[in-house]
Amino acid sequence: MRIELKDVVAGYGFGDVLRGLNLVAEPGEITCLIGPNGAGKSTVLRAVSGLLRPRQGSIHLGDTEITGESPRRLLSLGIVHVPQERSLFPLMTVWENLTLGGYVNRDRKAVRRRAEELAERFPLIAERRRERAGSLSGGEQKTVEIARALMLDPKVLLIDEPSIGLAPKARSEVFATLSSLSGGGWTILLVEQNARSGLAVAQQGAVLDGGVVKHTGPGSKLLEDPEVGRLYLGAGRNVAPARVS
Amino acid sequence: MSALLEVDTACKRFGGVVAVDECSFTVEEGTITGLIGPNGSGKTTVFNLVTGYLPADSGQIRFAGRAERRPDPTRLARRGLIRTFQQARVFPNLTVLENLALAVPHSMLGAVRARISPAERIHGEELLADFNLTAHATTLAAELSFGQRKLLEFAATLMGRPRLVLLDEPAAGVNPVLIETIERHIRRLNADGLTFLVVEHDMPLVMRLCEPVIVLDRGRKIAEGAAADLQRDQRVLDAYLGD
Repeated sequence: MRIELKDVVAGYGFGDVLRGLNLVAEPGEITCLIGPNGAGKSTVLRAVSGLLRPRQGSIHLGDTEITGESPRRLLSLGIVHVPQERSLFPLMTVWENLTLGGYVNRDRKAVRRRAEELAERFPLIAERRRERAGSLSGGEQKTVEIARALMLDPKVLLIDEPSIGLAPKARSEVFATLSSLSGGGWTILLVEQNARSGLAVAQQGAVLDGGVVKHTGPGSKLLEDPEVGRLYLGAGRNVAPARVS
Repeated sequence: MSALLEVDTACKRFGGVVAVDECSFTVEEGTITGLIGPNGSGKTTVFNLVTGYLPADSGQIRFAGRAERRPDPTRLARRGLIRTFQQARVFPNLTVLENLALAVPHSMLGAVRARISPAERIHGEELLADFNLTAHATTLAAELSFGQRKLLEFAATLMGRPRLVLLDEPAAGVNPVLIETIERHIRRLNADGLTFLVVEHDMPLVMRLCEPVIVLDRGRKIAEGAAADLQRDQRVLDAYLGD
């Protein structure tokens, strides 16, 4: 389902981080948010998932206004947030971590069925299901986190800097996972500081600066835009290219 | 060149897991040495052993020619060894400017009096401008984004007068344009004689900046050399870079 933010103002303490932000993310597409540190990228995700209540403006999921709804209510509407920090329980198995993604669903059979479906989609889970999550590499852990987010069959996925702190090999794995999600029907909002790789897997891109959207367009167009390149992507020498399968 | 930091057969176990396994390497004075390796290969644990945040089970650490039997972070910082963290550690309830002021090295008494010189204040304000933090000078550090905290922490290390700076993933979560600012600062300080040991996954940055590069895997050094050579080393490709 479509996510639309209209004139959203939101922030922490006395300051506003989002200052009248407008953004649309369409279903079946990855929309990648890029921009300087402090531009408000993660704050957009927090506003959509209900972790931060907007001070002004509105957020719609399809035709339903969801502004200021609780995270729990938004989860039941199909909005799932994969945070920046590693969030698996390291001493629990891969399978236990995955099924915890269906914690709010009381129908345990349905949870198991869904977990099996995801194990087919992500072979890593089938192969390593009995291993402790903490023994997986960084990239593998992030893949399990993304799979866990799919347990409740969400409509919207909010993914915050999935490649942060990952070695090059692991980073490639994560971008391959993201790429495989593209076209799966989900509305995906991706925040990625590794901007060139993020835009490369995204259908749409949005450049945030100072709490508003400065540029939007297809990911490939933004990559080629010289002004976007100069102001937000660096000289193009410093970001490892993603190997996307 | 002489060795500023020597790590000799250092070992560290956590229960049954060997995080650092008879690891030995040196950091020559005046270099920007890279330390790379897969997630979980022991890079951050090595930083923790060197700076005294964790005691080594065995082995020896020497900094500036002196063996550190029980490395202590405060004492080492006074002797010129400073580090940053992957998850930036700043004082959340102090403003950005106060965080920088606290990073100025003082005697204990000086810290209590909290005096900073006009020159140090100007230096701090220049750093804030460089890292796009001027508008946040009076903002509480708690209100900064993840990336901004990393920049503040990096700026804070530049307020002191260290001999060796250990940077733990300085570019992670930082906008590509500001990564270039960080790179410029590292180069300038290195030209002034400051030595760096840098853990970083941004390989193009490591390629441009670091010489030599040390590769860790499973707690051991598996290779050392010029970054360009290591990119052709099969062990490094297998363990870290991928095909």
